[in-house]
Parts: sequence; structure tokens; C-alpha cells
Amino acid sequence: MSNEVQYKVVVGLEIHVQLCTQSKMFCSCAVQFGQKPNSRVCPVCLGMPGVLPVMNRQAVEYAVLVAMALNCEIAGHTKWDRKSYYYPDLPKNYQISQYDLPLSSNGFIEIPLEKGQTKRIRIIRAHLEEDAGKNLHPTGNFSQVDLNRTGTPLLEIVTEPDMSSAAEVRALAIELQRMVRYLGVSEADMQKGHMRFEPNINLVINKDGKEYKTPIVEVKNLNSFRALERSVEYEIQRQIDEFLETGKTIETGNKSTRGWDDEREVTVLQREKEDAPDYRYFPDPDLVPVELTGQWLDNIRSRLCELPIKRQIRYVNEYKLSDYDAGVLTAERSTADFFEEVVAQGGDPKRACNIITQDLLKLANEKGCSVVDLEIPAAHIVELCKMVVTGVVSATAATTITNIMLASPDKGPQDIANEHNLIQKSDAGELETIVDQVIDENAKAVDDVKSGGKKSKKARGFLLGQVMQKTKGQANPKVVSQILAKKLG
Amino acid sequence: MEDLSAIQLREKIAAGEISSVEATEAIFKSIEEREPVIGAYISIYRDKALEKAAEVDKRIAAGEPTGQLAGVPVAVKDNMCTTFGATTCASKILENFHAPYNATAVQKLISADAVIVGKTNMDEFAMGSSTENSGLKQTVNPWDHSRVPGGSSGGSAAAVAGGLCFAALGSDTGGSIRQPAGFCGVVGLKPTYGRVSRFGLVAYGSSLDQIGPITRTVADAALMLNVIAGHDSRDSTSVNESVAPVCDYLEKLDEPIERLKIAVVPEFNAGADQQVQKALTDTIEIYRALGAEVIEITMPHLDYAIAAYYVIATAEASSNLARYDGVHYGHRSEKADDYIEVYSKSRAEAFGQEVKRRIMLGTYALSSGYYDAYYLKALKVRNLIRADFTSAFEKCEAILMPVSPTAAFKIGEKVDDPLKMYLSDIYTIAANLAGIPAISVPCGFDDNDLPIGLQILSPAFTEDKLLRIARMFEMQTDWHTKKPAVIN
Repeated sequence: MSNEVQYKVVVGLEIHVQLCTQSKMFCSCAVQFGQKPNSRVCPVCLGMPGVLPVMNRQAVEYAVLVAMALNCEIAGHTKWDRKSYYYPDLPKNYQISQYDLPLSSNGFIEIPLEKGQTKRIRIIRAHLEEDAGKNLHPTGNFSQVDLNRTGTPLLEIVTEPDMSSAAEVRALAIELQRMVRYLGVSEADMQKGHMRFEPNINLVINKDGKEYKTPIVEVKNLNSFRALERSVEYEIQRQIDEFLETGKTIETGNKSTRGWDDEREVTVLQREKEDAPDYRYFPDPDLVPVELTGQWLDNIRSRLCELPIKRQIRYVNEYKLSDYDAGVLTAERSTADFFEEVVAQGGDPKRACNIITQDLLKLANEKGCSVVDLEIPAAHIVELCKMVVTGVVSATAATTITNIMLASPDKGPQDIANEHNLIQKSDAGELETIVDQVIDENAKAVDDVKSGGKKSKKARGFLLGQVMQKTKGQANPKVVSQILAKKLG
Repeated sequence: MEDLSAIQLREKIAAGEISSVEATEAIFKSIEEREPVIGAYISIYRDKALEKAAEVDKRIAAGEPTGQLAGVPVAVKDNMCTTFGATTCASKILENFHAPYNATAVQKLISADAVIVGKTNMDEFAMGSSTENSGLKQTVNPWDHSRVPGGSSGGSAAAVAGGLCFAALGSDTGGSIRQPAGFCGVVGLKPTYGRVSRFGLVAYGSSLDQIGPITRTVADAALMLNVIAGHDSRDSTSVNESVAPVCDYLEKLDEPIERLKIAVVPEFNAGADQQVQKALTDTIEIYRALGAEVIEITMPHLDYAIAAYYVIATAEASSNLARYDGVHYGHRSEKADDYIEVYSKSRAEAFGQEVKRRIMLGTYALSSGYYDAYYLKALKVRNLIRADFTSAFEKCEAILMPVSPTAAFKIGEKVDDPLKMYLSDIYTIAANLAGIPAISVPCGFDDNDLPIGLQILSPAFTEDKLLRIARMFEMQTDWHTKKPAVIN
């Protein structure tokens, strides 16, 4: 049915990012995931009678840092508000949040699109709030509440509805994950719920020369990139179908909230606007307003670093890497830093990129760690790059060398290459003897090459393979190819 | 011993003339005799108190250093958290709630070696002016058992007036220390907002609540303030001492203030009962005789104080009391079938009428579409009242006012008319809205032999001066030495 109409997709995103502060937002409990239920709690985060919140300055600093990276205006004066609603995972039955004076507003983020293009998505605001706990529903006629997460600092980021496809929504989510990790303010681990997304989606449908806007749908609490992307895709189709069926528009239909069913991969209606809650926001009298000015702000600003998207673009321009490779290298700040260290010490950027993205990242992923955690000195990678560039070892041998380096990081690549006979044979005289031998043993293939037909290329490859086999992979394939060409034409 | 102040007792204990155990036992004897009538306490900790008293005696005998309240039997209002016993707020919803920590003010009493006798009755969650809203028991005025002790710190005031402790802590959101002190003929001090930590004080109106002492004399109030005042890193609204230093409030207490300039607000006072007005006039004469200049000022926005207060306090209360939901602690309804019913039934069963009324009022005031007309407007009025005080204090050092329009009223007299009840706070509320300190001292008796209170208000963080001004008056009068018949 969707073929019958033309439409534009309009998506805004609300993102919650858990900040990796030592302690919670308003008490000194440790922020720790996966602990025994209700073991990281105190009277303050339990909302006991008589307790008072005390603001965590580190959380404010982390939030401001992200706001700066998002090019936001930082409010000189900001305050805390109470958002009231009743839910068992919210022990005070209000959440300390920020309402009309958020700590930052009016920013933007550049997100990477296909082919090295970027798009600017405007940010409405970014503010701090405390997280709720978790309701658990074991079998039986009761529920349980785990309040370990209660009071964890959350940064809420709200974008303008500037995204026009599920892919853009995903790109923003990934870019933001990369950004907060670069800034060191969040682990942004999706599986631990460190990032949660709520897209607001509607369509502008063009039908019979007229424009119709579909009612806005907010999908709640998505905690994976896949669910985010799939739910937007699903909503697009559902809204088209609904429009064609009912003709409901933003003027005639209500804004609604939907949940995502991960198994069935569908969104499910939760509530319509008529019964939207009244949160009765008002300034929290237990906390004093925050003045974000002067030295404090300067100190925070000094912690800003080059953002991943900028780095990625720079790698493409400066090192002529592909956009894809630049993206892989900059996905994690420590990996990109390592790459730059190698380049700074004289490593060839393209070789370094290959070794890091193909060999080291593979090893790191197998071990479930970062490239830098492999503890291979940058100087060794620099040396290895040089060896590949000068043909001392083949690219294949380089992979073998990195594997060995992992086990003995103290050993240099040259020593490893020597010890394991990985030095490439480039001596034409020595190789010629072996080539002759192979020609003698493979008359059929030689004929095929000479025939120059379809089989020629394949046969040439076969002969090269035979040489490599005889030299245990140490022959320089370039040199062998030259000799073959000379002998067989 | 009934005639001793806390300071005098402390000195006698320190000098070894009386032991803390003797003083504490004497208090328990008085409690045994009079508490069945007065009903000041929700809980009493005889063993714990005697144990502490014996420990203090031992340390004094051994010549070890002791705190400022060493061995003095004191009481604490039951809305301050204690690790011993329950902290009920006189509410059925917290009847069996045991706090896992001590309120900072309570901890400071303990550290000063006070002997905590028990926890006193109050209006439920400090909402009321008569202690009749207690969900747990009735307290009567020691001067007339058919009358209320005032509220919400009625238990603390009745305990001090009835000789059931030497001093007590109360809390004051709209007059809850000063009005019961006035009704019971004792001294009550509401410090500046931020002077005493609110950590562990179960919140009613967070921007108004302040802990303070109820005592037999002004000097005892100064002593208690010495113990409880100061910044607390756990209370962001407690003021940093670099901004407003805490001083020794006893140091210069007996030094009169030269060329004192005090003000009265005649048109505002006109609403008070004739006998209350007369007591105030007599008071003014005493200050004049002491060389003070008394001027008349106007404070145009005071008339709106009650309206603003009942919006702000109830708005904050509606949010502060949301946590009593039967889920995590406190009363849980046995009749609930789902979690929504756990909330609604637990709260419906365990909150009293007045608490429900104020939660409803506050919820309404904060609701979308009403916020600007009520809450925001009330905040504006609050600013105007603050401004009234700022300009008043450019002309004077303190303002004199009645504590309440009448002396203690009859039990049951106003329970069916909440508005009438609210009006009994008319003179005390402004100090909370402005955040300034105010003290209530005995200044006479009416025709029914009921105590009348004088209220003195001064600029923020001038408790030292406020206490000295009160002390000037106290030195000239003997109202504070009078005891209710129940003691004799």
C-alpha cells in the first residue's frame, strides 16, 4: 500500500544516558550494575522520611561536558524540579529532574551519513535527572523492587525532529554513544541499559497533491540500536497503513505512546494523550539552584576533546583512509589514540589502519577488550608497518606476527619474523629456481596460461599458489608474479 | 528541681551537686504523675535515658570532658528521626516506622551528652495548631487541661511547661514552635531558615521547616541553639558558616543592647484579642523603660501571609508526603488488590483528615492549569513579604508582635472549622515565609490565667541579637518563672 503514497519521515529523539559517576546523583551510594538487589542503597536513595538530597558535582560536570560537545548554550543559572508520579520503583514518588531551566539548550550534533556525508541535528535541551529503580515480577502473586539503580545520574537529551529515516536515527544514537564514551562520561553499554531511546515519529504524507501529517507517536524505552531502528521502520509502515485506513491526522488524532515488543517486532499502544499524566513540576525546595559560571565552567571546558566525528573526517582527509576504516578506527577513543600514536612515530597510516582494524581489533574482540588492553607497544606496530611497506614481510605474515606479539608483547616484530621464518623471500635468483620447478611439474596449467583464454588467469593463480606452498608462504608474491610473467608471457 | 533551668541543672550536674541520674529519675517521677493527664509523649525511653545519665555521671566523676548538655533530660518532637524507638510523626502511617539513622539535630543533642527522655506528640506530620491532629493521642495544655497546648509542637511545649523535661526540640513551619510555646508559657525559638540542619526532620513544608528549641528560659534557648546550629553537608539548604557564622549565643546574652530600636505593626496587631493587645502594650512600655526606641511601621503584605503559606506549605507537603505509599515502609493496607490500591487504600486508611486536606490542597495548587494562579502567585507574595521585612529592618533591629491572636483555646473548639484554625497562625507564618528568626517569650496572662506570648522577629542570622533582646525583657519580668498548677 505504501507505494500509493509519497511521504516524508519526521523523527525527534529523547535519549537517556547514564553517567559513569562514582556515586549516585544525590547520595554517596556507589553506582554499580549487576549487584545483589537493594545492596547499593542508603536512606537517601530509598526515600526514607527526613532525608535530603545533596547534588553530585561530578554528575553536573559530566552533563555540562556533553552539553558543550553538543554545542549547547550552558545556562548560567539552573535548578532542580520535582516531577511527580506514583510508581513502586520510585520511592519518593517524585523524580528530581529539571523542568523550565535545564542546564543546557539549543545545540546540535553532526551525524555521519553514507559516503562521508554528515547531517546536523538540532538539540533542544540536555538536562540531568535521577534514574528510578526496577520492578521485578517473579512468578507468584507479588512483585519485587530493586532500588540499586535508584538515584543514578541520567542525562536526558532531546533533539528537534530533524531526522528523516530510521537509518539517521540509528546514526545519531551511535554517534552519541561514541561521543559520550570519548568524553569518558558514560560507558554507554546498551546491554546494561546505559542508553535508552524514545523516538517521536510521524509522517508528512503527500496524497492527491495535499499534505497530511500523521499523529505523533512516542515509542518508549528502547534499549538497543536494533530496537530503535526497527521500531522506527515499523512505525513508518504502521502510520502509512493507519492513515490510509482511517485518514487520521495530527489534527484529528491524538498523540500516543507505544511500547516496543522485541519478540514480535511491533509497537503496541500504551496510552493516548487524553490520559497523559500531570507531573505537577515544581522547584525542589531541598536543593539550591546551581550557578554554572566562571572558573568551574572553564575547568569543564578544558576537558573537551576532539570529537569522534571530527576525527573520522580528519582521518579521511589527512590520511586518505576510507570513510569506513576511519569510522572503525574512531569508534573507540583509545583505539584512535593508539592509531595516532603509531602514525606519530612514523607508522604508515594505511598500513597502521590495516593492522589495527583487521588484526588487532579482531584479537581484541576475541578477548572482549579494547585494542590498547592488548598492551602491544605502539613502537612495535610502527616497526611492523615499516616491514610490510618495505616488503620484508607479507601482509599475511604481519597478521601472524601480531598474533605472536599478543602472547609475548615484549618481543619486537623483527625478532618474531626471524624466529618464525616469516621474512619474505624476494631474491629473484632463488625464486626463479622454484618457479622453474613448478613449471616443470604443472604442464597442464602452463598450457592454460599460454593459451591466454578464460582459464589463463586462474591457472596463473594456481602456479603462484604452488610457489607459495613450496616456500611455505615466504615468497614475495609480487616477485613471483614478475618471474612467471617473464617465463610464460 | 522544678525551678531549675537547663543551664542551672547542667551547672549543678557538672559541679557534682546533683547527679544526672537523680535529675533524670526526678523527670521520670514527674512523668509518672503528670503524663497520664498531659499526654505530652508518644514514646518514653526510661532505661536508655538512665543509662546515658549514669554514663555522664561516671564521666564527670572521672573528670572527663562532657558536652554542653551533659546530663540534662531533654525531649525530641516525634518528627525527628532517631535510631532508637519509632519515628511516627504522630501518624498511623508511620506508627511502626523505625528510622535507620539519627537526625542531625538529634545527633548533636546526643553528642552534647543530653539525656533524651522521649519523643513528643504533635499534629500529624506537623500539620496543625493544636496537636489535636495527632493520629496517636491527645495532649492537653498543662495550664488548663480542657485546652489545647498549641501545635504542632504541642507535646514538646507541654513537656517543658509541665516539668516533664528540661528542654525540648520542636519544629516550626508556620509557628509550630512559637505558638505552642506561647500557649504553654515557655520560650520557643524558630531559628533562621538554614541555621539548623533539617536532615532527619521529616519534611512537611521543606522551604519553611526549621528545627528549634522550646525551653524554660531564653538562656536555655541560647544553649540549645549553641548545640544544634551549624552547617550540615547533608542538608544543601543549611547555610555555610563562611556566609553566616555560628556564634556562642550565651556569650553576650545578658548584655542589653544599647539604643535598641524596635518596631510594632499596629494595624496588623489590631486583630488580636484585647488581652493579648494589652500584654503587648505593657511589653512595649518595658522596652521603652529600658531605653529602647519603639516605632510604628506598616507591612502591607502581611495580610496575605496565611493565604500564601497555605498554598506553598501544602504544595510542598503534597510532594513530600507522596512517599508514604505502603510500598517501601509504613502502613500497608491489607485490602489492596493491585499496586494502585496499595497506594490509595494505605493512604486513605492511615492519613488523618487534616493531612488529607492539605495533600489535596497542595496537589490542586500544583496541577497543570492552576500552578500559575496559585503556587507561582504565592511565591510572588512570599517575595513581597520578604521585601516588607527587608525594608522594615532598615528602620529597626527587631519587630514585636503577638504570637497568636488569643491564648490557648478549648479542645475541640476549632476542629470543625479549619479556616478558623488556620487563622491562629496569623502572626507566626510571616517569619517562615521570610526565613527569618523569631522567638516567643512569656509576657503575661489573660483573665483565664492562661499564658500569653510575645513574639520578637529579627533579620536573618541575627539570633544572637534576637536572644539578647528577648533576654532584656525576661530580666525585667517574672512571667517565665510561673508554673502551672499541675506542678505544685
